[in-house]
Amino acid sequence: MTRLTLSKALNEGLRKAMEDDPKVLIMGEDVGKLGGVFRVTDGLQKDFGEARVVDTPLAESGIVGTAIGLALRGYRPVCEIQFDGFVFPAFNQITTQLAKMRLRSLGNLILPVVIRIPCGGGIGAVEHHSESPEALFTHTGGLRVVACGDPADAYAMIQLAIKNDDPVIFFEPKRRYWERAEVDTAGGLAGALPLDRARVLIGGTDVTLLCYGPMVKTCAAAAAAAGEEGRSVEVIDLRSLAPLDTETIFESVRRTGRCVVAHEAPVTSGLGAEIAARVTEECFYHLEAPVLRVGGFSTPYPPSRLEEHYIPDLDRVLDAVDRTFGY
Amino acid sequence: MAVNDAGRATSADSSRGGGQPESAEFIQLLTPEGERIEHPDYPLEISAEEIRGLYRDLVLVRRIDFEAIALQRQGELGLWASLLGQEAAQIGSGRALKPADMAFPTYREHGVAWCRGLDPTRLLELFRGVSNGGWDPAAHNFHLYTIVIGSQTLHATGYAMGIQRDGAVGGENGEAVIAYFGDGATSQGDVNEAFIWASVTNAPIVFFCQNNQWAISAPLERQSRVPLYLRAPGFGFPGVRVDGNDVLACLAVTRKAMQAARDGQGPTMIEAFTYRMGAHTTTDDPTRYRLAAELETWKLKDPIERVKAYLIRNELADESFFTELDAEAAELGARIRKACLEMPDPGPLAIFDNVYAEPNALLEAERDQYAAYLESFEEAVR
Repeated sequence: MTRLTLSKALNEGLRKAMEDDPKVLIMGEDVGKLGGVFRVTDGLQKDFGEARVVDTPLAESGIVGTAIGLALRGYRPVCEIQFDGFVFPAFNQITTQLAKMRLRSLGNLILPVVIRIPCGGGIGAVEHHSESPEALFTHTGGLRVVACGDPADAYAMIQLAIKNDDPVIFFEPKRRYWERAEVDTAGGLAGALPLDRARVLIGGTDVTLLCYGPMVKTCAAAAAAAGEEGRSVEVIDLRSLAPLDTETIFESVRRTGRCVVAHEAPVTSGLGAEIAARVTEECFYHLEAPVLRVGGFSTPYPPSRLEEHYIPDLDRVLDAVDRTFGY
Repeated sequence: MAVNDAGRATSADSSRGGGQPESAEFIQLLTPEGERIEHPDYPLEISAEEIRGLYRDLVLVRRIDFEAIALQRQGELGLWASLLGQEAAQIGSGRALKPADMAFPTYREHGVAWCRGLDPTRLLELFRGVSNGGWDPAAHNFHLYTIVIGSQTLHATGYAMGIQRDGAVGGENGEAVIAYFGDGATSQGDVNEAFIWASVTNAPIVFFCQNNQWAISAPLERQSRVPLYLRAPGFGFPGVRVDGNDVLACLAVTRKAMQAARDGQGPTMIEAFTYRMGAHTTTDDPTRYRLAAELETWKLKDPIERVKAYLIRNELADESFFTELDAEAAELGARIRKACLEMPDPGPLAIFDNVYAEPNALLEAERDQYAAYLESFEEAVR
């Protein structure tokens, strides 16, 4: 075990994936010499060469489009989109091409492309650098969408995503990049939780709190605070946003009878809406309260001096938890 | 600059990061040593007073930049994108504009903003994080800063198409648009689409590319194997490369291109060959990817020093001019600092302002709910 930041854990995971499979490539803006603006690819070009760690032209559609071509030729490209707000020039390639090509080939093709996207706010950035666009991708059939929440899981998840034969949109919570935790870089992936499974982070009996990415830490803290007031909150890190691990979600909600979903993305048409609908359909007779959502407002992401109001904090999560006991 | 059959520049080093083209390969009217030279295609009638005015602009925008970097270091700004080294490209092109012309900037055009008459303190709002924009674009015919690389070139083209439809091309009151972007942006699909739209519509627009050699850590060779200005003919309009550190050349070349656009002769691409002397932004560390020697080479081509040398050598400015300008710069710096420190944070409910032009019931409900939520804390405190 070794103590790593989230950024370094991803770096080690990428390194391991490149050592294990010579077909794995990294491509993106500033990923080579600079090592990425968040240093996730630091040192990889030096060790694996410019053919495997590619500093691309400044063109996101080109990054994803050429990654598709490389995948067609047998490679496993890992694309970095520098910030969440810059994925949109590549949106066409991701949604109209990457997501659909396997189907159109009658299952003959695989498109093992990973698209890493630093997501979420909380770093005091200017606009387009703090967004949470995951629902735009979970709404698109043919894509797997995952979000890592801590260094140990990120280390395994990035490797699992690269090994997966489907396209994977891989969200990384940028305000957690510099937080450290123990990571087992010696053990293999044999014991790792599969990429499409949620994990029960904290067991509880009174209410199920669902979260992912940057909100995992916030929700764990909220559960601890609620515990001091005698409320037992079960925290589930969804990990996989598409497909959702509904088995784990439903089992929990049927036990607790209450469910809150927290994400930074806007509540309106967000992932929480999908979860609320499914929980209502499948757990209706177990519910003591409606599924509540806590998240961003139905506005563009605000300027950074206001972002503390936009990002759900511990108080807003607890407020939602409290409200589920008001029915 | 000759181009061989393969479309590659025969002078290979000119398309590489930090490579300086031979003087014949760009338009230059004032050498780095401050020597005035003539160019047959770009005659420039300019008075001593006008040159002193340009020098004042250069010095003051560098001061704005200096102050903003300091404010960022002190935690007062979240970020700053420095224009250091690019002052001449921005002042030269900015002073070539007429009031009715429209400018579409990136996020680094602080010098152009200055020329358009925008109060520099307004630039700080975006970087301090109190606004996602910060000004009314129509007030100074200076559009909002655009952060998503290259997007604004299409907006500029569409605006120019509007000028055509308004019948405002040609004649004494002809209008035109200038679109700013960088070397990295030339790789974006949007920029190439803008070239195509402007070309086929013969839009009154000038594409002003500040080639500062670096897109964060990517040198120009990562974006292009040919000099950027040579891309324009392929799209169907002329391209010209200018010494981007020469304010006189930037002024003359932009004036001519803008007038051609106003007269209905269609687009021009200008490649201002310059250098990003500082980091990409205050979060960047250029020592990780470029050599200090390159920076030293470019320091010798400083856009301000050459104008100063010219003014002194030709006795067009005396000591008091420079002393008074220093004082004015210091005063401007102090004013910006004070404005930044006094800039209030917007109230939390400002998040909900200006999202829609028409009433939106969902958003109003969210605002009311959040106001009540905030109120509940105040009640708890009471």
